[in-house]
Amino acid sequence: MPPRSDDERRILAVLPAWNEEQSVAATIRELKQACPDVDVLVVDDGSADRTAEEASAAGAPVCRLPFNLGVGGAMRAGFRYALNHDYDVVVQVDADGQHDPSYIPTLVKALDHADVVIGARFAGEGSYAARGARRWAMLLLAFVLSRLAHTRLTDVTSGFRAADRRAIRVFATHYPAEYLGDTVESLVIALRVGLTVTQEPVSMRVRAGGQASQSPVRAAAYLARAMVALGLALVRKWPTALETPPKEEQ
Amino acid sequence: MKANLILGLVGSVTTLVVLFEMMRRHRLREKYAVFWGVIAVATLVIAAFPVLLYEAASLVGVAVPANLLFFVASMLLLVVSVQHSHELGRLEERSRTLAEEVALLRLDLESRSASDQGS
Repeated sequence: MPPRSDDERRILAVLPAWNEEQSVAATIRELKQACPDVDVLVVDDGSADRTAEEASAAGAPVCRLPFNLGVGGAMRAGFRYALNHDYDVVVQVDADGQHDPSYIPTLVKALDHADVVIGARFAGEGSYAARGARRWAMLLLAFVLSRLAHTRLTDVTSGFRAADRRAIRVFATHYPAEYLGDTVESLVIALRVGLTVTQEPVSMRVRAGGQASQSPVRAAAYLARAMVALGLALVRKWPTALETPPKEEQ
Repeated sequence: MKANLILGLVGSVTTLVVLFEMMRRHRLREKYAVFWGVIAVATLVIAAFPVLLYEAASLVGVAVPANLLFFVASMLLLVVSVQHSHELGRLEERSRTLAEEVALLRLDLESRSASDQGS
């Protein structure tokens, strides 16, 4: 389907950023240095701080959402931008610098035989560990989604992923805004419309802002929400919520 | 018996007056007012002719007529709040879509004006 050959593919890195004034500029600079051919779009998700100014100063176009929508809303805006500007690949990269941009070519390369590629944290490279209920939730999600995808997926909640044209078209219309919707449910959506999903091992850095919540109560809540999100995603009838799908400009 | 009539009258007439006043001040749209108006009128009718309630209760086999009234009233409230939740979700989805569109349009506008200044 892509009319361009591999080397000519136009790649857009979308950085959803919410109050990331500390790290966004460094992330953009690192990304441009590692992958000079990749265009960058920062989606400022209603930040209260100087995220947008920092990102502009670092030389990236900034799409400023008028209020906070969550990663799902920011990414759907990014996918629509990619669709309108005729990009072949969208790579989602966190603005907090925990994703190493030198893995972007690996993810893009893996799109040769898949529509969505997840940069997986547990798949051998790097060190990343979760414990307790959070770990069970991740294992359960990974198990169910692996069965759906007919391939082994170990880290379905990773926010480091690449999507090709077919996936961009789907995600520009359907990218859930609910909690965990942006990671888990979006994969279910992709699989249910017949896209293929694979993963590539990547290593992650420690987050600048400290570890994710590890208290037992919050981990249990995470497990419960993950199961609800997954269960709903599996039985949900859709195309749903979006009343006017974005027009494709071809 | 008198108390029933007075309470019913006061309740439904107050509701109707408030509805009318809110509509007059553009605080309430007709489509929502119709529902509450119908409820208020039905309350008025039952207060004026309680025999209707007794008849209905014996028809469906409810021993205490007031229980039928409470059941119907709570079901109506449930339906209305579910309907409102649905409406709220739809509005959230619409405002999300609008927010994304606005953001993309603003970016488009900024990049156009920047390139206009550049040329």
